[in-house]
Amino acid sequence: MTAATASRYTAEYSSIAPTLPGQNLPWLTALRQDALTKFSAQGFPSLREEEWRYTNVSAIEKKLFSSSLIGQAQEPVATELLAAYQLPDAWSVVLLDGHFCAELSALNDLPETVSVMSMADALAKQPEIVERYINQAVTNDEHNFVAFNTAWFTDGLFVHVPAKLVLEKPIQVVHLNTKNDALASTRTVIVAEQMADIKVIETFVGLDIAYLSAAVTEVFVGVNADVTLYKMQCESNKAYHFGGIYVKQAKHARFIHHNFAFGGLLARCDIHTDLDLASECELNGLYLGVNRQHIDNHTRINHLKPHGISRELYKGVLDDRARGVFQGRVIVAEDAQKTDSQMNNRNLLLSNDAEADTKPQLEIYADDVKCAHGVTVGQLDEKSIFYLQSRCIDEETARNMLTFAFANEMVDKIKIKSVHDQALEQVLIRFPQEGVNKEWL
Amino acid sequence: MLSIKNLTVNVNDKQILKGINLEIKPGEIHAIMGPNGSGKSTLSHILSGKAGYTVTGGSVTYQGKDLLEMPPEIRAREGVFLAFQYPVEIPGVSNIYLLKAALNSIRKHHGQPEVDAMDFLTLVKDKVRLLEMDEKFLYRAVNEGFSGGEKKRNEILQMAILEPKLCILDETDSGLDIDALKVVAEGVNSLRTANRSFVMVTHYQRLLDYIKPDFVHVLANGQIVKSGGAELALELEEKGYSWLEDSKAAV
Ligand SMILES: Nc1ncnc2c1ncn2[C@@H]1O[C@H](COP(=O)(O)OP(=O)(O)O)[C@@H](O)[C@H]1O
Ligand SMILES: [Mg+2]
Repeated sequence: MTAATASRYTAEYSSIAPTLPGQNLPWLTALRQDALTKFSAQGFPSLREEEWRYTNVSAIEKKLFSSSLIGQAQEPVATELLAAYQLPDAWSVVLLDGHFCAELSALNDLPETVSVMSMADALAKQPEIVERYINQAVTNDEHNFVAFNTAWFTDGLFVHVPAKLVLEKPIQVVHLNTKNDALASTRTVIVAEQMADIKVIETFVGLDIAYLSAAVTEVFVGVNADVTLYKMQCESNKAYHFGGIYVKQAKHARFIHHNFAFGGLLARCDIHTDLDLASECELNGLYLGVNRQHIDNHTRINHLKPHGISRELYKGVLDDRARGVFQGRVIVAEDAQKTDSQMNNRNLLLSNDAEADTKPQLEIYADDVKCAHGVTVGQLDEKSIFYLQSRCIDEETARNMLTFAFANEMVDKIKIKSVHDQALEQVLIRFPQEGVNKEWL
Repeated sequence: MLSIKNLTVNVNDKQILKGINLEIKPGEIHAIMGPNGSGKSTLSHILSGKAGYTVTGGSVTYQGKDLLEMPPEIRAREGVFLAFQYPVEIPGVSNIYLLKAALNSIRKHHGQPEVDAMDFLTLVKDKVRLLEMDEKFLYRAVNEGFSGGEKKRNEILQMAILEPKLCILDETDSGLDIDALKVVAEGVNSLRTANRSFVMVTHYQRLLDYIKPDFVHVLANGQIVKSGGAELALELEEKGYSWLEDSKAAV
C-alpha cells in the first residue's frame, strides 16, 4: 500500500535476513532480494488491485507482525492444542511459529525413497533439487503476499515422492502458532513424480492470540500422478492468514483440493492450478464465517491443453457480520479444446448483516468446450424445510439441520476418516445450534 | 379418521379446490384419480400443511381435531404421512439420520423415550429388505442422486418405519417400472391394518391393480365429480376422464 508502512517490515528485514535458511545459496539470495525489492516498493496488495478489491489487508501493515527467530520450547497449552489436531494415522510435521519442530513431528517408517523434511533442511542438504521447484509454480510477480513470503520464509516443508510410489498414509503438516504478534512465514514444496499417489493435509491452528500466518505451497503433480491436498484452516479468531497454493499438473495428472476455511479474523486463500493435456482437478471449498470474520477464497483454474476436466464447488455459510468472498476464474486457452469445466459457488446467509461477494469468471479462448458456472446467494430452501416438517421435524430444527447439511455436504467429500471427523467437529463447534444430534450422525 | 367438508382452497387468488367432501374411515383405502392439474397434489399438500395455500372455506377434521390448525410437523407426529410426488433431495443429511430424527420426534410427541439404537437398526434393516432396497441407501444423503423410482421407494421406506395412521401417496406409481411398482405395492399392502387408512392419488389405475381400493373418487377441476367402488377405476381406464369433465360442465 504505502511505502511508509511497508518499510516497517522492510526495516526489520536486515536484522532477520542473516537468520533465514539458505544464506549460502546465491540463487536463493537473489530470489529473496527480488522479492524484497517488489515488496518494498508496493507493500501488501491494495483494494485497487482487481483480485484484492473485496479484501482490505491494511490492518496487517498497521500491526507489524514480527518473525520469531527460533521455535521456542512449547508451552503446555500449545501441546494441548496440537494434540487436538494432530492426526493419529498420518506422518506428521509440525511447524511451530514458522519453524520445524523435530520433537513434535513424527516421521518414522517413511519409505526410504520418499523425502519429507523441513525446508531449511532441504536447502542445506539438497539445494539443487529445491532450486528446481521453488518459485516455479508461482512467481514474486503474482502479488506481494507471495513476494513477502519469498523474502521472509523461515522454514517450511519439502516433500518428494518418487515415481509410482503410493503412500499409504497421509502426511500432515501442522502450522502451530503460539506467539502473540508473531509472523509465521513458511514455504512448502510438494513433488509427486510420475504415477505417484499422495495425500497431504495442511492444518493451521493457533492459540487465542493475534498473529500473521503466511504460507505458500507449491505442488507439482507428475504425469498421471495423484495428489490430494486438504487444507484445514482453523486459525485463531484473532489471527490473520494468507495461504497460497499454486499447482502445476502434468499430463493426465489429477489434483484434488479440499479447502476448509474456518478460522482467522481475516483469512485469504489463493488456489491456482495449471492443467496440461487431459489432466483433472477438483476444487472443493467450505467457508464458515461468524462474528466479524472476513474470509476470502480466490481460485484460478488454468486449462492450458486439450481434454482437461475441472470441477469446483465452494460453499459458504455466513452469520452475524461475517463476510465471505469468492473469486473463481476459469481460463481456457486457445489450445485447450474439449475442456470440460464446472464451477459453482453457493452461499447461505444466516443474518441480515452477513455478506457474500461472489465473482465467477470464465475466460474462454477455445471454441469447442463445455463450461458451466453457477452462483447462489440466499437463504434456506423452503421446499426442503417443508419436507423435513412433513417428517415430524419442527421448523427451527429443520433450519438448523439444513444449515448443517449445507456445510456437511463438503465434509462428506473427505475420504480419510480422521480428517473427515475433524472437519465435522469443526463445523459442529461453529454452528452449535440445536437441531443436529451428534450421536445420530 | 378424516373428514373433509366443503373444502375450498385458493392459490394466489385462484380457486383450485372448489368444495371437496370426503369421509375416510379407519382401515379404508381411497383412491383419488383425475387428470393433470385437477388439484390432486393441492389436496395432498393441504392435508400435510404446506404453506402457500389459502383455505377459503370448509373444514378438515382428523381424529376429531381440526387438522388445518396444526403445524405440519404436529400433523406428521399425529400420524399423517405424505409420500411426495416429487421427493426433495437433502444433500448432507443421511437417510438414516432423518429416519432416526423423525422417529424420535414422534416418540417424544407421545411421551416415549428415544428409540434404542440397536432396535432402530433392526427395524430399519427389516423394512429395507421389505422394499428390496440396498442397505447402502441408508447412509446416502436423502434422495440425493436417487433415480425417480428409488426416490418413491424411499418415501415408502420412511412410511413403513414411521407407521403413520393416515398415509397419503401422491402419484407414487409415476416413474416406477412394473417390478418396482409391485415391490412398492407389496410394501403398502404389508402396512394395511384395520386402523390405518390410505389416500392413493394417482393418474392411472395401474397401481390399483396391486392395491385394491375400497373407494375411487374422480377429481376434476377442483371437485369430486364421481365416486364409486374399485370398478370405477377400470371404467376410467377404458373411457378416460373427458366424459366426466363434460358431465360436470353440464351441471
Ligand atoms: N403454487 C401455485 N401457483 C399457481 N398455481 C398453482 C400452484 N400450485 C398449483 N397450481 C395450479 O393448481 C392446479 C392444480 O394443481 P395440482 O394440485 O398440482 O394438480 P394435480 O396434482 O392434480 O396434477 C393447476 O392448475 C396448477 O397449475
Ligand atoms: Mg400432482
